[in-house]
Amino acid sequence: MAQTITLHVARYSPERDTEPYLQPYEVPLKEEWVILDALNYIKDKLDGTLTFRWSCRMGICGSCGYTVNNEPKLGCAAFLTQYAPGPIKIEPLRNFPVVRDLVVEVSEFLEKLKKVKPWLIHEDGNEAGEYLQTPDQLEEFRQYSMCINCLLCYAACPIAGLDPVFIGPAALALAHRYNKDSRDQGSAERMAVLSHPEGIWGCTFVGECTKVCPKHVDPAGAIQQYKLTAAIEGMKQFLMPWGQR
Amino acid sequence: MSSPRQASAPTASKTSVHSSPAPIYTEFHPRWYRPPISTYWWLGKWAYVKFILRELSSVAVAWTVALTLYQISALVRGPAAYSRFADRMSSPVMIAVNVVAFAFLLLHSITWFNLAPKAMVVRVGGRRVPGLLISGPQFLAWIAASAIIIAIVVMWR
Repeated sequence: MAQTITLHVARYSPERDTEPYLQPYEVPLKEEWVILDALNYIKDKLDGTLTFRWSCRMGICGSCGYTVNNEPKLGCAAFLTQYAPGPIKIEPLRNFPVVRDLVVEVSEFLEKLKKVKPWLIHEDGNEAGEYLQTPDQLEEFRQYSMCINCLLCYAACPIAGLDPVFIGPAALALAHRYNKDSRDQGSAERMAVLSHPEGIWGCTFVGECTKVCPKHVDPAGAIQQYKLTAAIEGMKQFLMPWGQR
Repeated sequence: MSSPRQASAPTASKTSVHSSPAPIYTEFHPRWYRPPISTYWWLGKWAYVKFILRELSSVAVAWTVALTLYQISALVRGPAAYSRFADRMSSPVMIAVNVVAFAFLLLHSITWFNLAPKAMVVRVGGRRVPGLLISGPQFLAWIAASAIIIAIVVMWR
């Protein structure tokens, strides 16, 4: 007996619709199928007009983030059987403008990411070749380097929705990743952007970013750690203004 | 292959007698849909409700600080003033308000201590110390301080 499950997929066409609506599709309920397989089945067999982003199918590219039953999930990591007997509601990621169907506009995030300078900054311009690092030094930032920019954390963060200028969890966690890297000397440059109401101080520690992160990056932890660093630095500047660079 | 748009290239407009200003092209983007956020967004998920309650708990903290200052000022002004303070505090409304404030203070304190392991990364022998070892002593110190205060209050009655 071929079992099926119903998917209610959000549809929005900028040419036709004033707001998104849910369209039901019935797809085979297979044990090995994830949400992304079901969406590709719809695209291939039922409705070629359905638009969604995806690429690697294996939790590396971070393209297939959708809101599945009101929770931000990677389409390639959420099995259909988890939601049986259904129906499953699939919507675009929250807190982003919707371009079409499940595709969201992410350029605002890319601008924010650029602001925190998520690359190695070194006084000699990285011309010395390789920089050696011990396993302990790697361990300091390894967790934060696992981010795949899937933006599930932005979809889960109410502050990212309410305050569009808030730099947000992934970008702040990546800034922390470079600050913690023994090869990097750019923490002072990043401080102005990070220790700002739009940066770490915009975070009210809801903690949902960490819960939804598919790569266990813990952006909430990174932000709280940087708050402590920034508070200590701020206090040092206040108590010893002559001691600063 | 040339597209019709290339007809308005700068070289063409330079030689034209009736040249019009070069067209200003703006980058096209489709009409985005920006989902509105309801005032009651926080009711959608228990984690968000907890967050709002935790934020609200700061009002209870402010209330308790104000009340403590009032209590100290009554104490300084003498026994008559303090008994007036005690009378006011024993009204059913004040008791109800303070019970609610106490519940919020507990929430505030517990969430604050639970935050500590997130903000502090302590490594011993290259390994990160478990969160419980950071928040645990703080909870114990809190319970011990509360027990000492309760003991003092009971003994001096």
